[in-house]
Amino acid sequence: MATAEAENNEVITTADGVPLKESLKKALWQRKKTALLLVAPLFLFVLITFLIPIFDMLIRSVDNSIAGEQFPGVVVELSDWALDSTELPDEATFQALIQDFKVGAKEKTISRLGRRLNYEKSGMSGLFRKTARKIKKLESPESATAAMIAIDKKWGNIETWRLIKRESGKYSSSYYLAAFDAKKNSDGSFSMKSEEQQVYLNLFWRTIRLSFTITFLTIILGYPIAYLLSTVKTKTSNMLIILVLLPFWTSLLVRTSSWIALLQKEGVINDILVGLGLLGDDNRLAMIHNEAGTVIAMTHILLPFMVLPLFSVMKTIPPSWVRAARSMGATPFTAFVRIYLPNTVAGIGAGGILVFILAIGYYITPALVGGTKGTLISNFIAYHVSTSLNWGLAAALGTILLLLVLALYILYDKVVGINNMKLG
Amino acid sequence: MSSDNSLVRFVDIQKSYDGVSLVVKSLNLDVAHGEFLTMLGPSGSGKTTCLMMLAGFEPATHGEIYLKDNPINRVPPHKRGIGMVFQNYALFPHMTVAENLAFPLQVRDMDKSEQKQRVDRALDMVQLGPFGDRRPAQLSGGQQQRVAVARSLVFDPDLVLMDEPLGALDKNLREQMQYEIKHISENLGLTVVYVTHDQSEALTMSNRIAVFDDGIIQQCAPPEVLYEKPENAFCANFIGENNRFLGKVSEDNGDTVKVEIDNNAGTVIAKKVNVGGVGDRSTLSLRPERVTVNPEPGSLPNIFNGVAEELIYLGDHIRTRFTVLGHDDFIVKIPNSANHAQLEEGGTANIGWTAEDCRALDPSD
Ligand SMILES: Nc1ncnc2c1ncn2[C@@H]1O[C@H](COP(=O)(O)OP(=O)(O)O)[C@@H](O)[C@H]1O
Ligand SMILES: [Mg+2]
Repeated sequence: MATAEAENNEVITTADGVPLKESLKKALWQRKKTALLLVAPLFLFVLITFLIPIFDMLIRSVDNSIAGEQFPGVVVELSDWALDSTELPDEATFQALIQDFKVGAKEKTISRLGRRLNYEKSGMSGLFRKTARKIKKLESPESATAAMIAIDKKWGNIETWRLIKRESGKYSSSYYLAAFDAKKNSDGSFSMKSEEQQVYLNLFWRTIRLSFTITFLTIILGYPIAYLLSTVKTKTSNMLIILVLLPFWTSLLVRTSSWIALLQKEGVINDILVGLGLLGDDNRLAMIHNEAGTVIAMTHILLPFMVLPLFSVMKTIPPSWVRAARSMGATPFTAFVRIYLPNTVAGIGAGGILVFILAIGYYITPALVGGTKGTLISNFIAYHVSTSLNWGLAAALGTILLLLVLALYILYDKVVGINNMKLG
Repeated sequence: MSSDNSLVRFVDIQKSYDGVSLVVKSLNLDVAHGEFLTMLGPSGSGKTTCLMMLAGFEPATHGEIYLKDNPINRVPPHKRGIGMVFQNYALFPHMTVAENLAFPLQVRDMDKSEQKQRVDRALDMVQLGPFGDRRPAQLSGGQQQRVAVARSLVFDPDLVLMDEPLGALDKNLREQMQYEIKHISENLGLTVVYVTHDQSEALTMSNRIAVFDDGIIQQCAPPEVLYEKPENAFCANFIGENNRFLGKVSEDNGDTVKVEIDNNAGTVIAKKVNVGGVGDRSTLSLRPERVTVNPEPGSLPNIFNGVAEELIYLGDHIRTRFTVLGHDDFIVKIPNSANHAQLEEGGTANIGWTAEDCRALDPSD
């Protein structure tokens, strides 16, 4: 009877007559609401401290609104002046230039545009400061063009105007070009900067190279340790893990000074090597304030991030697997390569990607022990954020770094599968 | 057992892990060609340790193990040619079933076509023909178990070791697999050393059972001997059901002894098996199915009056708990035959047994 009824009305109801679907939905909504409430604080926190800043960084890396703000008149006048024109812009443009400069100089904001244009061409900052100083005395001249050229000859140079025209848009690719050591030519085409002017490509390459080296070293050093940890008794392994985590617990300055004490030319290691006669006194090894210093120190710091995922994977491998292989005739080496190693790939992958991503963005250690040859891309990002104040370039470099990490992550997912990743 | 027929010989094997206590105390054991020998014993009695020493994963602290009369203490595991089935199967999760089976053949550099032939034959043997391409995780527990068995046999080892291979299966499957493994080993004429803590499994499968306790073989005998003629209280108790009385020997008549049950509950005539002389303490052991209810007076040397405390109807027999000789846990299995004794809970009855069935053993606690 009941089923026949249900078929007739096609609505199954609960005892009090509410349709079943609706009351189920209500019950589930209660649960969802609780879940949402539970994640809300963290979500807000992440939104404000992480997602919004990243979005802001993406915007900054292409933002060029400063041209429109400081040169509102000039930008409008320049819109019908062609980049490949062989003549200077017309008189109206120069009048707008004077007008914009007067406003900008009064509000003391015009030098910002000068700094911005200086990234593209040196001398622009000086030109803007000089012009801002002199523009106040300029009272409605007969020819604006002549008056500006009188202030500085550069206003009569067509290259100056081409630069302003090129950088007058709301958005600019110039930060990214700079980040790739490329530049825009006056005709709008791109080319690489000359060899000795290239900075960032080398730096990216060095960052990737060192990160790979560090990741490789942590695998080589971490694998046997993790294996040992996974085979000893729990009590012993807990104690050994504390030793592995020790780098986290020592203050950065203590660690750094001990590295310096150990690694410098007059340091402990060199002294021992010289003392043992393995090294001449006049060719002591340079192990700090260069790439070697960065690699040694960062391998030390990042080792736990390799050991812990490896350990957690190895703990799940029962000794009977290798024993089974051995009983079937496999040598210890074959049993390791064919049975043990393939089952720890998830741990190597997890540790590797963790260490690599941490290394590629590491800042403080290379800054302390890297000297000039061992600094990484993050150190330059920090430099542009806090010293040169070229935030656009810092943002572009940061964005490239972010994309690099994302690309790596996707690659890893394709090759190993992110679901196979086992952390701690 | 003569040494020329034995495949494996443990000679005076001792093993200690910590240097403080012996896990295996002086083990002497021969395993004959084609024999199915089971090591049976409670958990922690050293069975796995013995197997690991035989397979080469644990060194013996003292003594020598011989395989085909060659000492193997210094032979690494991969050169011993011993197949092994582990409790959790130890299948390689990153390989398919067929790859698992081919592994021992690959490490022997067997050529591809013969590998395939052998793998197929092994899979057919355990009725897993169509499952070669699956991963172990895609198989049920019983199927994984079969793969493990097939893998341990695929390279024709001289000897196969199995360490509680059925421990993780449910009861029905376990019993089915017991028969399968037994049949495979009989058909192939395998020599198997099998470890279990399940006495019925040991009774079902083995030619011979070595009962382990506390690192010592308590008795090593075929199943029927072990059941019917246990030589000490531990074996009597560990294998099959068993009524026990503790007492003191009061008279020694050569083949039989008289034992005074503690608390002056009475005197029992028993077969002298493993007991000293007059005045020594002893454990009497009596199987529940060897007790007669309401025997003819005088027909049996031991007849006592008991109270039936509990009757459980089990179809083929009625399990009855009596209080007799001051013990309230005396079990009698009354066969459900045409004219079996009719009892009621709380009623009294005479129960009796022969001196032959009641074995006077060592005084265990
Ligand atoms: N690797 C080991 N290290 C230390 N003690 C062990 C080890 N393996 C087993 N033992 C100890 O040896 C005894 C016998 O163990 P085992 O041979 O596994 O017994 P069984 O297999 O009969 O249960 C147990 O008390 C156990 O704690
Ligand atoms: Mg065991």
